[in-house]
Amino acid sequence: MSTDSVNYGQIFKNGVFGENPVFRLALSLCPAVAVTSGVKNGTLMGVAVLFVMVMVNATVSLIRNFINPKVRIPSYMFIIATWVTVTDLVMAAYARDVYKQMGLYIMLIVAFAIVLSRAEVFAMKNKLIPSMVDGAAMGLGFLLALALIGVFREFLGKGALWGVQILSVKPLPIMILPAGGFFAMGLIMGFLNWIDRKYFGGTGASSGGH
Amino acid sequence: MWQDVLTIFIASALINNFVFARYLGLCIFFGVTKKMETAIGMSFTFTGVMLIGAALNWFIYKYVMMPLHIGFLKIVIFIGVIAAFVQAADTIMKKVTPALYYKLGIYLALITTNCIILAVPLLNAEEYADSLFKSMALALGSGLGFSLALIIMASIREKLELADVPRSFQGLPISFVLTGLIALAFLGFSGMITL
Repeated sequence: MSTDSVNYGQIFKNGVFGENPVFRLALSLCPAVAVTSGVKNGTLMGVAVLFVMVMVNATVSLIRNFINPKVRIPSYMFIIATWVTVTDLVMAAYARDVYKQMGLYIMLIVAFAIVLSRAEVFAMKNKLIPSMVDGAAMGLGFLLALALIGVFREFLGKGALWGVQILSVKPLPIMILPAGGFFAMGLIMGFLNWIDRKYFGGTGASSGGH
Repeated sequence: MWQDVLTIFIASALINNFVFARYLGLCIFFGVTKKMETAIGMSFTFTGVMLIGAALNWFIYKYVMMPLHIGFLKIVIFIGVIAAFVQAADTIMKKVTPALYYKLGIYLALITTNCIILAVPLLNAEEYADSLFKSMALALGSGLGFSLALIIMASIREKLELADVPRSFQGLPISFVLTGLIALAFLGFSGMITL
């Protein structure tokens, strides 16, 4: 618990690149395919996850000394479920049209392995501010990944970005269909693996977790 | 009414297949389909847990949450009920049928907080809160649809072991592309029933 030596830059670099939840850890893949048919939906989902992660990490960090280690996993689950409910109700109230399309996926943030794992790995052992920064960094990594897939799919599928038409043709309409989400995900992941191996000497993404 | 139940069953198994049309349960889907044996074990466990979880949550939603007007707490309550049930099933199975536990126990531990186990009661609460039969049809259809997806994918991935895939695409990326191809095939079911 050496709070003085916490390097915030390092935490951000780790969250966005080194341990990017979607592309490197291959966690929480469902929303990465489900809500990314457009940049807007993907970004909003990312913001929702970012908010949940910051608040969950903050809550866990604040009460970490009162949680009995034997019941820590159920405690995390109820803390996460509470914050997801808050997000869900806020989005249902203020973003109705988006909520109709992705309400189910907002509710299912509760089952994201990435949120639970950051609470266990980081927030349980660190003070309030570093925990919040870690949540923000991981959430940002998630948001950027979703936005990247969203850009790829919306541009190829509709010739548009953020709902604004850019091309007059639709290059690959399949990209906005369910199947296109899987194709986009596979292609981007393979491409990033290739860059990683060629320029950074890495070993590619992990082969899938929970 | 029975026609509705049958329609919901077929729609949730094929047209709104959890993996190929709703993109849920992907972590498990990619995690356990490396071997046929694990895929089949997972299918049984999933379908069972899904049915019982949906039934439990239906009764709680209808007879506890609705009268008390606490429907907005459904996320917290459903996940609590499912976690408690899976934990109980784990303990009871270990005691009563050690042979079965030895086979399926490891899968049980994995699915406590899985998204599709939770998605079924959430969908039921939104759409079929009035009828137990419709809720069960959704749960059974989703479970069997997911089992179908797991078994298709496992049989393809066993062949994939022998294929010469570019190094950057080995593992997850090629599995995603494959899933996309199967999802395309499943699109063919979409005109079959209009709900």
